[in-house]
Amino acid sequence: MTTDTNPQVLTTVDGVPLKKALNRAMFRAKTRAFFLVFPLLVFILVTFIAPIGQMLSRSISDPRFIIHTEIGTDETTPIMQNVKAWFDANPAGTEPDEAAFAALAADMLILKDLKSAGNVGTRINYELSGSRSMFTKAARKANSMKAPFKDVFMDLDKDWANPELWSVMRNASSYRTDNFYLAAVDRKRGIDGSIEQVPENRRVYVQLFIRTLLLSFFITFTTFVLGYPIAHLLATLPMRYSNLLMIFVLLPFWTSLLVRTTSWMVLLQSQGVVNDLLVYLGVIGDDGRIQMMYNQIGTVIAMTHILLPFMVLPLYSVMRTVNPSYVRAARSLGATSWTAFRRIYFPQTIPGIGAGALLVFILAVGYYITPALVGGSDGQLISNLIAFHMSKSLNWSLAAALAAILLGGVLVLYWVYDRLIGIDNLKLG
Amino acid sequence: MALPSHASTLERIWHYTYLVTCGLIFLFLIAPILVVIPLSFNAEPYFTFTEKMLRFDADGYSMRWYDMLLTFGMQAPEAIRDSAWWSDAWQNAQWIQAAKNSFIIGFFSTVVATVLGTVAALGLSRPEMPFSRTIMALLISPMIVPIIITATGLFFFYSEIKIQDWGIPYLGVILAHATLGIPFVIITVTATLVGFDKSLTRAAANLGADPVTTFFRIQMPLIMPGVISGALFAFVTSFDEVVVVLFVGGLDEQTIPRQMWNGIREQISPAILSVATILVIVSIGLLTTVELLRRRSERLRGITPS
Repeated sequence: MTTDTNPQVLTTVDGVPLKKALNRAMFRAKTRAFFLVFPLLVFILVTFIAPIGQMLSRSISDPRFIIHTEIGTDETTPIMQNVKAWFDANPAGTEPDEAAFAALAADMLILKDLKSAGNVGTRINYELSGSRSMFTKAARKANSMKAPFKDVFMDLDKDWANPELWSVMRNASSYRTDNFYLAAVDRKRGIDGSIEQVPENRRVYVQLFIRTLLLSFFITFTTFVLGYPIAHLLATLPMRYSNLLMIFVLLPFWTSLLVRTTSWMVLLQSQGVVNDLLVYLGVIGDDGRIQMMYNQIGTVIAMTHILLPFMVLPLYSVMRTVNPSYVRAARSLGATSWTAFRRIYFPQTIPGIGAGALLVFILAVGYYITPALVGGSDGQLISNLIAFHMSKSLNWSLAAALAAILLGGVLVLYWVYDRLIGIDNLKLG
Repeated sequence: MALPSHASTLERIWHYTYLVTCGLIFLFLIAPILVVIPLSFNAEPYFTFTEKMLRFDADGYSMRWYDMLLTFGMQAPEAIRDSAWWSDAWQNAQWIQAAKNSFIIGFFSTVVATVLGTVAALGLSRPEMPFSRTIMALLISPMIVPIIITATGLFFFYSEIKIQDWGIPYLGVILAHATLGIPFVIITVTATLVGFDKSLTRAAANLGADPVTTFFRIQMPLIMPGVISGALFAFVTSFDEVVVVLFVGGLDEQTIPRQMWNGIREQISPAILSVATILVIVSIGLLTTVELLRRRSERLRGITPS
């Protein structure tokens, strides 16, 4: 018998100590569970996490100034190496001398051969507008350049002596840069390398972040104000009525986002149903039609409607669990209905408010479609600007920096949500 | 909710104000969705009710925008409507092409999302699963991350791996939509697994069933309602998705939302409203299906509605 060797240790029939056998069984169970999740985990890592990570890595580097990529073959060639060498030899703030311009002229020759002056110019143009044409013009004349090079460049364009241009080129010549993050918060590097604010007329991003936050707060608040009463009604009505009324919440939830946005465009147009109704009722004159679309009002109304179910559903599921006898007890102890609501009912629904508000806020901050369609120019959110830099201005690194800031904020909120409510408590209808 | 007979006048006023307020909020929720339905039958190219429509004059209504959906993009829309006309519509009409693409993309992304999501949910709901909370948060994140970030990330990723040259049509969009649909599958399937009675699988094992048999004969029928509603959510997510398609879809990969998006941005015509009406009817159908499934699931698991 196995127990003979050591009576203190419990063992299984085949002599393995029980603790070890249990551990082994536990490990097997863990492995089995993990292997069920494993395929999906790999899938998400490859099709979701990796692409986003790769995109965000663009926010700290845009090597177009120093690396030329051949279209089609993807062959890379280092460029602007002479200027880069001059930057490495001279500290920031040095006035460009003849050697610097000679290096520039040598680089222009290479740019001309590679036909990449446009790309290099575009890179510099992001931070100093109007400089793209200087590069293309200089590259065209690269063959006929003779010493003294400084004068040649000055003849082409007086701006070649602009210290700001040289400071931007210096920044662009390093492989890693924090410039795009600085640009995303309306800052830039000055001539001497210190961080300063951009001129007032070019400050857009901080304001846009603030506007996105304020509008999201406001939308969260309006969904709460509208969602609380109906969630309460749904939770207190008998099941057969509330199931019926629930359709009013779930149908919008299941309806295409574009359909809902289109509906609001139809309703809010100046020749649309709402304005027609107001004119008909005599609230406004025919010439006093209210502009409710292509501005912030449109964004707020449409997004409130679209996100309202995300507030109502968590509120409803919490309110259903509130025991009605507590409020009755409070009333029988002499509380007015307002006091009973304020002191007894409302505190019990706070978890639902938290869940709904966080969810609505998280979704609102990153919203794209609705502001793009009904927002006009002042109803745009940060997502719209990311899309603009992605597809119109093609400043991908700035788009990535803005996206990284937005994503960081959203992930913090997501973490808070998981801490407070638990992601597994998310309910969908 | 009924008002007690001893309620004071103030309480009565408050109670009715409350009910009216709730009614108005319900109106706010549902009116925008329903208003497009009559407007899509407008005989005029306006977005508001014409006088004829308000008088219920038959002349104020027409099917012209639905007709336009069929004929738009056809080679010979004016021809006699025989079988050749219909095959022309099936081959060339832009909205029909878009609908076909939407269904193909929706179907395959739903299959991928449902299979992977269900299997993962089974693993995640086991008590011995290590790091289940972190992994769950990771798998749900496609729902939380702003869509524009996902779309731009995929745009670069796909152009780097040159997915367009792999020869599988729609592959990029299908994979992206599957990723977006997975959180819904996981949430709905885990919700059904929460109430799952573990002793059923033990009983099956006790009676000699191997794990695979146990899964197909015991677990699967019970979690099926959750799987199907998760699949429907995934399908709707794909069917309604526009941003990713805009960024990563090829030029010929038009889907219904993309076509709608272009229509809204360029010049909005009541034809958009007829598409919207069709989509509203589809969503009513989906909602009914999900509701029936939910009731069936509750009945199967022995939860009776109070």
